[in-house]
Amino acid sequence: MLRFLAGRLLALALTLLAAAALIFLVLEVLPGDPAALILGVNARPDTLATLHHQLGLDRPAALRFPLWIFGLLRGDFGESYTYHAPVAGLIADRVMVSLPLALLALALSTTLAIPVGVFAAARRRRIGDTLAMAVAQLGVAVPNFWLGLLLILLFAVKLAWLPASGFGGWSGGIWHGLRSLILPALALALPQAAILARVTRSAVLETLGEDYLRTALAKGLSRNAALWRHAVPNALIPVFTILGLQFSFLLAGTIIIENVFTLPGLGRLIFQAIAGRDLIVVQDLVVLLAGSVIVVNFAVDIAYVLVDPRLRQSGPR
Amino acid sequence: MGDARTRWSARRWLIAGLLATLCATPALARDALTLGMVLEPPGLDPTAGAAAAIREVTYDNIFEGLTRIDGAGHVVPGLAASWTISPDGKAYTFALHSGVIFHDGTEFNCAIVQFSYNRARAPDSTNAQKELFEPIADIACPDPHTAVVTLKRPDAAFLFGMGWGDAVMVAPNSAAGNQTHPIGTGPFRFTNWVKGDRVEMARFDHYWGAAPKLARVTFKFVADPAAAAAALLAGDIDAFGNFPAPEILPQLRADGRFAVVIGSTEGKTILALNNARKPFDDIRVRRALAYAIDRKALVQATMSGLGTIIGSHYTPNDPGFIDLAGTYPYDPTRAKALLAEAGIASGTHFTLALPPPPYARRGGEVIAAMLEEVGLHVELVPMEWAEWLDQVFKRSDFDMTMISHTEARDLAIYARDHYYFNYHSDAFRSLYQTYLDATDPRTEIDLLQKMQRQLATDEPNVFLYVLPKLGVWNARLHGFWVNDPIPANDLSAVAWGE
Repeated sequence: MLRFLAGRLLALALTLLAAAALIFLVLEVLPGDPAALILGVNARPDTLATLHHQLGLDRPAALRFPLWIFGLLRGDFGESYTYHAPVAGLIADRVMVSLPLALLALALSTTLAIPVGVFAAARRRRIGDTLAMAVAQLGVAVPNFWLGLLLILLFAVKLAWLPASGFGGWSGGIWHGLRSLILPALALALPQAAILARVTRSAVLETLGEDYLRTALAKGLSRNAALWRHAVPNALIPVFTILGLQFSFLLAGTIIIENVFTLPGLGRLIFQAIAGRDLIVVQDLVVLLAGSVIVVNFAVDIAYVLVDPRLRQSGPR
Repeated sequence: MGDARTRWSARRWLIAGLLATLCATPALARDALTLGMVLEPPGLDPTAGAAAAIREVTYDNIFEGLTRIDGAGHVVPGLAASWTISPDGKAYTFALHSGVIFHDGTEFNCAIVQFSYNRARAPDSTNAQKELFEPIADIACPDPHTAVVTLKRPDAAFLFGMGWGDAVMVAPNSAAGNQTHPIGTGPFRFTNWVKGDRVEMARFDHYWGAAPKLARVTFKFVADPAAAAAALLAGDIDAFGNFPAPEILPQLRADGRFAVVIGSTEGKTILALNNARKPFDDIRVRRALAYAIDRKALVQATMSGLGTIIGSHYTPNDPGFIDLAGTYPYDPTRAKALLAEAGIASGTHFTLALPPPPYARRGGEVIAAMLEEVGLHVELVPMEWAEWLDQVFKRSDFDMTMISHTEARDLAIYARDHYYFNYHSDAFRSLYQTYLDATDPRTEIDLLQKMQRQLATDEPNVFLYVLPKLGVWNARLHGFWVNDPIPANDLSAVAWGE
């Protein structure tokens, strides 16, 4: 187990370094000068040069890359060109929006999808199954930003139950922050839940056809007991795989959804930072996001071990 | 028993609630405003960045200059109560208001004027409009409430320039922090910036001028037009100084809760042509393009018909405006004839660079279709701002681009040596120089009109229309600017009515 962990950690560090090098390179090649964006069309060349110097952009890339990496290792994320504030603080503020949003969406999509998927599998080809899968098919087809707009129109504009956009902040209490996240989390979760429900259904269906299930039924277990005790646990591996993949999609989805709902989260930050050529913010965020995807995949691997006793005994590869 | 207690407790809450509502009623006279904006400002210091959004938050709310530009585009007294100009047009003597303090208590006096202007023109200055301060030779303080600014040469545009956001007064002890925590002399003091979401400010109790009606103001940043409309309809946002989507305005107007007020900005939207590149160096080609574009249809298609058509690089807001919109009326036959005369074969291929704003992305498609009609093949090249600034603006590597020049009264760009569209006209330059040297208002107006005509004749770019200011606010609010002679959301006069 220890060797497995050490190997994983090394792979994680190397992947992160590769991601860092790649994004740094891409931003170097990408046309656009942050100083020109800040100073606009009437800037004089000498003013631009002064700002380049102040931002540290007059140093060669070969020096800026290691400086950035060593800064990261020391926990120094640098300072944003546009916000004039430490990037670490900016990211910390935004994580307080994006992480609850992603977790809420993930929780919503799993609590919706797994029961629906199992239910549909248990009543295969009956009206409940057909209906559930038709709704799921619709859910897969609906883009989350459009769903977001519909939710705004219904719950914010028509019913005025929840705010249409923006983030209340956590300082006013949990509900104050949470109410701004409900609609975006729903918009993110529903399409994901649709996919997850379909995957759950087919995974459960597959286990329902296994010999051990027939055995379970033969020895006198009720259909329900056999389903929940034997079919569902064995169907969880593909479900976890999809969940892990969905986390990356959720991160990507927040970029769009946070723009639709004007939430000050990581997604909006990275979007603004790219448009504003706030290079250091983009670099830091890409490394952070790549890191979190790697960590989640790692967690999924661990989860495999937990749900599958066979992997536990032989030890992971 | 349990039941009765619940009922009693419920009743108690109801009564308490009613009492609270009654007590709160007198305070319900609304004095808080939430104003929507599309873009979040990159920093809050108008002396350290060109973004219009910085001014739209801070101008005349947090920061003030010696002069200010009012909603009609006039130069009016700001922190300077009055001024006199020496007969040679070089020395400006400003009488400063006394009793003015910054939000941190620092006193405003002539030393502040010296500091602010010297900081802006210093070698290490990062002022986006450093050019404005270039004419200044010296700033003297005969007494704390008099500032004498001496220029190297007369400059007719000086007082207007000193009313820009780039020329506001900042104090030595707070200037460095203004990017994140702005401290000025304005009617509102900065209180909070939740980055990515909103900027908050509150009435400054020691303001030297008339106290603003609003006690609290929140600037909320909503990038998506559909989200902006939803936020207005849901009541999360009370007003938009400039609403991002003209096509939603009829719906907002029909709602009845909102006042929809169409004004004008300084955004001269043009089809810029690279005058240094063949065949745009040929005046016949440039005029042909002007004849080929149906500006009315363009404004209809991209701006729901809102936007004043122009024929030169000048807007109806500006002094001495003359209407030249009819110089090149829509006439595709004439356009074809001119193109043939200039030897442009049918099917000739050009590129049209389009920055991100909808006026360019949508407008580019309409223009491409109109140019196809006269036999030109136009390839649309969408660009990010950073890319546009680099390739089109800095390196001048383009055929055509669609862009709105939002700086007020910027005829000067046609007199520059190196500017991205590469217009060179000795006639125009001499007019501009004479204008700068002029000290008599009548001569100034005459020269401004001559310059407009010169540009309409040469048609270095195809002048299209002025971007409208689409004001939308709760119908009970009043006191907003109708036009945007400079980028600003001056809230000093805004109040809730009955």
